[in-house]
Amino acid sequence: MALDPIKSVQGRAVYVPGSDIDTDRIIPARFMKCVTFDGLGEYLFFDARHQEDGTPKEHPLNEERYQGASVFVSGVNFGCGSSREHAPQALYRAGFRAVIAESFAEIFFGNCATLGIPCATATSEDIATLSAAIEADPQLEVTVDVEKARVFFGDANFTVHIPDTAQDALVSGRWDPIAELLENAEKVDVCLEKMGFVST
Amino acid sequence: MGKSLYEKVWESHSAAKLSNGQTQLLIDTHLIHEVTSPQAFGMLRDLGLPVRHPERTFATVDHIVPTDQFEQPFADPLADAMIKELDRNAEEFGVTYFDLKSGKQGIVHVVGPEQGITQPGTTIACGDSHTATHGAFGAIAFGIGTTQVRDVLASQSIAMSKLQVRRINVEGKLRPGVYAKDVILHIIAQLGAKGGIGYAYEFGGNIFDNFTMEERMTVCNMTIEGGARCGYVNPDDTTFEYLKGRNYSPTGADWDAAVERWRTVASDADCTYDDLIEIRAEDVAPSVTWGISPDQGLPITGNVPRVEDADTPAAKASIAEALEYMQLEPGAPIKGTSIEVAFIGSCTNGRLSDFREVAQYLKGHRVADSVKAIAVPGSQIVDALCRKEGINDIFTEAGFEWRGAGCSMCLAMNPDKLIGDQICASSSNRNFKGRQGSPIGRTVLMSPLMVAAAAVRGCVSDAREVFEVGETAAV
Ligand code: SF4
Repeated sequence: MALDPIKSVQGRAVYVPGSDIDTDRIIPARFMKCVTFDGLGEYLFFDARHQEDGTPKEHPLNEERYQGASVFVSGVNFGCGSSREHAPQALYRAGFRAVIAESFAEIFFGNCATLGIPCATATSEDIATLSAAIEADPQLEVTVDVEKARVFFGDANFTVHIPDTAQDALVSGRWDPIAELLENAEKVDVCLEKMGFVST
Repeated sequence: MGKSLYEKVWESHSAAKLSNGQTQLLIDTHLIHEVTSPQAFGMLRDLGLPVRHPERTFATVDHIVPTDQFEQPFADPLADAMIKELDRNAEEFGVTYFDLKSGKQGIVHVVGPEQGITQPGTTIACGDSHTATHGAFGAIAFGIGTTQVRDVLASQSIAMSKLQVRRINVEGKLRPGVYAKDVILHIIAQLGAKGGIGYAYEFGGNIFDNFTMEERMTVCNMTIEGGARCGYVNPDDTTFEYLKGRNYSPTGADWDAAVERWRTVASDADCTYDDLIEIRAEDVAPSVTWGISPDQGLPITGNVPRVEDADTPAAKASIAEALEYMQLEPGAPIKGTSIEVAFIGSCTNGRLSDFREVAQYLKGHRVADSVKAIAVPGSQIVDALCRKEGINDIFTEAGFEWRGAGCSMCLAMNPDKLIGDQICASSSNRNFKGRQGSPIGRTVLMSPLMVAAAAVRGCVSDAREVFEVGETAAV
């Protein structure tokens, strides 16, 4: 399975502040009653974006000026809680192609990696600078350079951290591991048999 | 130098090195449920792939199952459709399925151990973050996303990077009225919701040595709330005793060989850890959460924090956000906070011992008129065992509704939900905004006995006072 290498993501950005933003908040569980991921984009941050009666609440994702953004910026421990892949799927289907945060919950990070969504970690100072720049100019073009592990915007830039394994997988177009996993399947069978579980 | 259980299991399950530097890790046992599996089966169909080892995948339904309606079709057509989808996938791909009619259905993390599918020294994956529960048996068990569910179905393996290991020792004597739930809430409050990122947690010390399997499961279940993807307890005689005679446990000579093997998989006495945390059991109090993240917890005798108590702007913002959402008065005692709903159940605290413990104290008490209280067994087997002991009657006589098995009010995917800004005393594991079904619903996490105390008094209460928990009740 040849995949497109993801060397960088370019686009406008939106900043959603907060620590420990969990996957229940990213996509409330009631929208997971589905057998495909199609259409999840419209439920992204649904309860944070809507009043109980369905009218919109004040939220960056509801602001006209941030529509069409493809880089998502947030705080500490982003994506914690439930392992639901519905969360990165909703982000992806709402048009987001990269996430920058102070830190990521592990399962969320892994889910993004297999979907080809780079997750880059930055310091709180750099995120503050970036969010101020987006606030001042929502049209600002932000580039997440996966290869160089740097974020560029206007005439500023800063270093981000992307673990080597994820960086390599994205840049080489091997972010979906299924082909390689299948190539080695017989080695897995051997291991399984050693564990005493009968292999067929 | 010796090795930790984590290292031993990692080594014996490393099948290949992948080109990006990650490891291809064998998954011995794969558990699936109706919410995170349909898309994975869809991906398999798209790729034209079979399930490589159908005998190593076990399915059940839990998240969307109504707990007060037992006949299909269910009132919710979407729920019905999801169950039918799993029926179809299990049948078509040939995986073992504990369905609603099996008498063995339940929350996937209750079912696995109950059936003896969960075994020491194995790797276990499930599209569910509370898979960490199975670590109680000395398994390396963790949650995965749906694309990885596809990977396991297709190849019985996933791509993974090795974790570091943090040993958490809890030594001493737990005070009366302090439970396994309090131990993990205490650990999370100490280390924070992201404290465990990058780590596997190994729980040890005399407290864990003396814990039952169900208590160990309660602790391991919530390691993910502390940011660690998996947590485990080294297997010992308690583990083997629990497993002996279960449906999927080895028998005869195989049993003896298995026990031999399981003993050797435990961490060596001279192994080193990447980090070590010591906790005094005496410091653990009956605990409750006051906020919207599981690390926002305090002893029942404590006061809700004030914004000015925090020293960084980010911490101040977190407290302010939580206080506003929870509608709590800064600085006020958490004890006495009115509650409207009480929920005992979930993969954290929905097992026989949880209901037994509560039943022992609940007799002769009544749920306050202002409270809707529900008790939800974690599996059909737990339900049957409780009925056999008359535990369900004690709950219903006290004013609880006794329901059928499922995830119920732990999350918002079935009819059991909070309404509006109702506040719930809950034995589950997450107090996130909207977690229990209403976008503005509020959750206070605590042990099952504390939930019962809150139900009886109509407010967050100290179970030691409500039920006169004495020295003898110490765990
Ligand atoms: S009981 Fe709650 S936490 Fe456990 S599997 Fe069900 S929804 Fe998830």
